[in-house]
Amino acid sequence: MTLRFEIVLKEWPQFAIGLGNTVWLCGVSMLLSLVLGALFLAPLTAHSRNVRRVAQTFVDAGRCVPFLLLTYFVYFALPAVGIILDKWTAALATLVLYNTAYMAEILRAGWVSLPPGQIQAGRAFGFRGFRLLRRIILPQVLIAVGPVIGNQLIQLIKDSAFLSIITIPELTYAANSVQSYYFVPFESFIAATLLYWMLCSGIEWVVRRSERWASFVRRSHA
Amino acid sequence: MPENGRGTPTVELRGVSKSFGQHEVLSSIDLSVMSGETVCVLGPSGSGKTTLLRCINWLETPDTGAIFLRGTRIGMRTTPGGTAPMNDGDLAAIRTRIGMVFQHFNLWPHMTALGNVIESPIHVQRRPREEVMREAEHLLEKVGLADKRNVYPAYLSGGQMQRVAIARALAMRPDVLLFDEATSALDPELVGEVLAVMKDLANDGMTMIVVTHEMQFAREAASHIVFLDKGRIVEVSTADEIFTNPKTERTRQFLERYNR
Repeated sequence: MTLRFEIVLKEWPQFAIGLGNTVWLCGVSMLLSLVLGALFLAPLTAHSRNVRRVAQTFVDAGRCVPFLLLTYFVYFALPAVGIILDKWTAALATLVLYNTAYMAEILRAGWVSLPPGQIQAGRAFGFRGFRLLRRIILPQVLIAVGPVIGNQLIQLIKDSAFLSIITIPELTYAANSVQSYYFVPFESFIAATLLYWMLCSGIEWVVRRSERWASFVRRSHA
Repeated sequence: MPENGRGTPTVELRGVSKSFGQHEVLSSIDLSVMSGETVCVLGPSGSGKTTLLRCINWLETPDTGAIFLRGTRIGMRTTPGGTAPMNDGDLAAIRTRIGMVFQHFNLWPHMTALGNVIESPIHVQRRPREEVMREAEHLLEKVGLADKRNVYPAYLSGGQMQRVAIARALAMRPDVLLFDEATSALDPELVGEVLAVMKDLANDGMTMIVVTHEMQFAREAASHIVFLDKGRIVEVSTADEIFTNPKTERTRQFLERYNR
């Protein structure tokens, strides 16, 4: 059996485009879901039990739906009720919806682990509302949950491979296209695997760095 | 302590009461602190000392009574029908005039010592950055930590953290500084450096309300001492009077443990 890796090298633009699409889709959806997840913090930590319950129900529901099913739902089922999204919008919406539920829960866990004295000090020094959130609470929460967010990003990158099902030309789709055209499944999928590995290793490296920060903040809270 | 025609008190409490559930923590507290005074609040654990301080900057909301900062009511505003809670903005504004030093420092760990000191003056009080930086450097020097300006709290000792916390409170140019057992969480050998800074502030004429168990500090620095027990003010006297000739049996019993 002869392995033909030269085909993979010849078709590198397809892989590069696929990787690029995976990176921007996951990057943008991560940022959007981080913002939406942060907005969910208010209802998730509200004084009113009913508000908390509704928000928690949404978050739990989001975390219980398989990503592939959500993709099918957004792209194939929503048009039945008049919501028709092109494949890119559907892909981004699915990633954001799915990931927001996780981000909200991760941020909530970071919030409740924050010593109450930190928020009290913020209030005592005149901070309130959004400024209190932005300057005092969120930086500490993000530092504390940075490693978890990194792991979630890796999970998101892996889940994004399902988007090939709605013909989004991301990395898995690119690898599949090359292998089906030239019939080089081993070479093509090995190339895609290596690219996913490099991407996720880069994120892992950042996660490890941020873990040092997280332990640093935890030490200050001790 | 009593006004005695000396003008408007910096801090005044009138009939302040606070309960947590069935437990009354503060009962009809009346207290006036004039500008430049250092008032030490003594009392056994659970006597309501910390709650008293926290009511002053509205971290706890009193059930009844009124608290004034230089004549301005804290936490409540006058309405045609009586009073209503202050809006968040007004409450935040009045809090910037009350410096608070916490038992557990509560420095913001994601900021350096200097970052902690300049944070509120720049982002809440909206004062010019350069002016705030100059003042912050001066304050860190004053508390003996000029060389630690770029150090994060995780790398400071307890005493150093508390001194940064004092500089942070002073940077707001507050009308009054509240100290909530500022040395209780410190190793004994670190207590002295914090008390020295507090004594300097008292000598400089800073208005301070100090909840403390440091009797020597109270004796040396306090203009007046308030003895609190079971949420009630049992005695208010000068340091000399209270330590040499306490008016009540309860005060005498409490101080006896420290005079032994």
